[in-house]
Amino acid sequence: MNRFFAFVKKEFYHILRDRRTLLILFGLPFVQVLLFGFALTNEIKNARIAILDLDHSQHSRQIISRLLSSGYFRLEQQLDSYKAIEPAFRKGKVKMVVVFPARFTAAVAHDQRAQIQLLADASEQNTAISLTNYATNIIQSYSAELNPAGMNPPMQLDVQSRMVFNPELKGAFVFVPGVMAMVLLLVSALMTSVTIAREKETGTMEVLMVSPLTQIQILFGKVLPYLLLSFLNGCMIIVLGIHLLGIPLNGSLALLLAETLLFIFLALSIGILISTIADTQLVAMFASLLIMLMPTIFLSGFIFPVESMPKPLQIISNIIPAKYFIAIVKGIMIKGVGLQYLWKETLVLAGMSTLINAVSLRNLKTRLG
Amino acid sequence: MMDAIQIEQVSKAFADTQAVSDVSLTIQAGELFGLIGPDGAGKTTLFKILVTLLRPDQGKAVVNGLDVVRDFRKLRPLIGYMPGRFSLYPDLSVEENLSFFATVFGTTIAANYELIRDIYGQLEPFKNRRAGALSGGMKQKLALCCALIHKPDVLFLDEPTTGVDAVSRKEFWEMLHRLNERGLTILVSTPYMDEAGQCDRIALMQTGRILAVDTPGGVENLFQKPLFAVKARDTYRLIQDLRAAPFTETCYAFGEYLHLTTRPSVTAGTIHGYLTGKQHEFVDIKPIKAGIEDSFMALMQDHG
Repeated sequence: MNRFFAFVKKEFYHILRDRRTLLILFGLPFVQVLLFGFALTNEIKNARIAILDLDHSQHSRQIISRLLSSGYFRLEQQLDSYKAIEPAFRKGKVKMVVVFPARFTAAVAHDQRAQIQLLADASEQNTAISLTNYATNIIQSYSAELNPAGMNPPMQLDVQSRMVFNPELKGAFVFVPGVMAMVLLLVSALMTSVTIAREKETGTMEVLMVSPLTQIQILFGKVLPYLLLSFLNGCMIIVLGIHLLGIPLNGSLALLLAETLLFIFLALSIGILISTIADTQLVAMFASLLIMLMPTIFLSGFIFPVESMPKPLQIISNIIPAKYFIAIVKGIMIKGVGLQYLWKETLVLAGMSTLINAVSLRNLKTRLG
Repeated sequence: MMDAIQIEQVSKAFADTQAVSDVSLTIQAGELFGLIGPDGAGKTTLFKILVTLLRPDQGKAVVNGLDVVRDFRKLRPLIGYMPGRFSLYPDLSVEENLSFFATVFGTTIAANYELIRDIYGQLEPFKNRRAGALSGGMKQKLALCCALIHKPDVLFLDEPTTGVDAVSRKEFWEMLHRLNERGLTILVSTPYMDEAGQCDRIALMQTGRILAVDTPGGVENLFQKPLFAVKARDTYRLIQDLRAAPFTETCYAFGEYLHLTTRPSVTAGTIHGYLTGKQHEFVDIKPIKAGIEDSFMALMQDHG
């Protein structure tokens, strides 16, 4: 046991004395959370819009003031005719134009039905969809207030959508679990596989193999420090997410931490598997990046929704561990559900770990060749 | 005396190269034994088989009475191994490296300090320096300390002096002699022929085969043909002319002289006459006694 702790101590020396390792360990999660939380968000704030108000009524003024006070929109330009709309878009500053037709108030009063036209610049289709959604919501809530309860005119069909769990459609809710999965994978799998490959490369592995240390002791000695550090990392991301990005923690913290540990364990297992195959740091690094980081970013639902992928990619996404972890983190933090809803994902992660460790154990060698 | 290492008809191949073929060798306890040969001779592969890192394809090797394949767990704590590459942690200090290897082998620096005192004494002033910042010779000494710290019965040193300056090499051999005097069996490999004389016995190795096993003097005596050291002003033309001469068997450059092997009963006078006829100036010819390198060259020639 003594020699095992000596090994772990040595491993901590390696980590704490290498500035690059430290930077990746603690700088990376911080930067990622801030980057994805603030800069790379799909929320839109202060989008420039133009307004063409041909009605100049109380209703139109009310709606305009609600739109502009929502925080989503900023008035760039008041237009005076339909002809002015196209040049406004051409200049590129205006993302959406709201048009109140001339007989707007009259239509509200007589027909109980009036139209507002929303024109959006769809060269950025996601922005266009979000902007029209925001505006539609604001306008519909105004029109709902106009109709006193129980006095709904007959035959009025009103589509009402409600954004459940994330009513403000905050991007951070989507990105933080993804960042967590990515950082943990990167730190755990990449760093362990590289550090094991480094010992092979420098020849120290030969000496360790000839020593009374068993291969299992060597591997656990390598993994334990990274398990602790990754866990610290996971906690850091959770704290940043809650306090800086305002993500709620609706479920159990203990469960969240336990699931994080399980995912780290899986990531470390992948790292060990890579290290049993890779003989150089370069190979270990490329293997980690190619087989883990890329699929995690693109196939886990982190950036692109799994549902909108082509069928073959959807099938492949089932073997991406991050997909399950992201579902678990979202479930616990945002939906506040417990293990009774997440046991399937948990079981998949546990199963993957077992399988990967079994393969690694088979690959373990007590000799070089 | 008990045999420390017995190698019986060991062969090992990688993909398409036969690294070690049919090697048999016996090394007695307490010997300082040298494995001499150029790069690619199979020295490192043979070492890795002996320190239980590689399984031989054929044959059997026994170290300290333990089979390197079957009893590898029991054998590992009894041997000290210093691989050819710098095998310490460059980001750990001198003392941390040593104490790490001591703990891993289940001992402490204090317990076996006696054995490494001579060597570690020179490193102690730098004990807080990172191993990566040591000079080549210092690194080698530290690696030796790390390989010795658990008091092994047999010490395996794979090319310990490669890339180390001449003074450090000399010091290193002196250390090996002192360790050897304490009864430690040492197997050391080197590509430098001039180090062969430091060993009790040597084996010459090339392309996976052992060409000869003997004391350094015995290996030199294997060389029976007349040998001359020849020098002249135009070395390049000299080597051309000598190789073309009717009396020449072989002619190699050895530093500033050429070593010329001739047919029997050729004298310095014959050679001098031949070279004067070819308009060579400042010709210097002297009969010499063969060194290990001459023997090795001749053996290589014989084995084609």
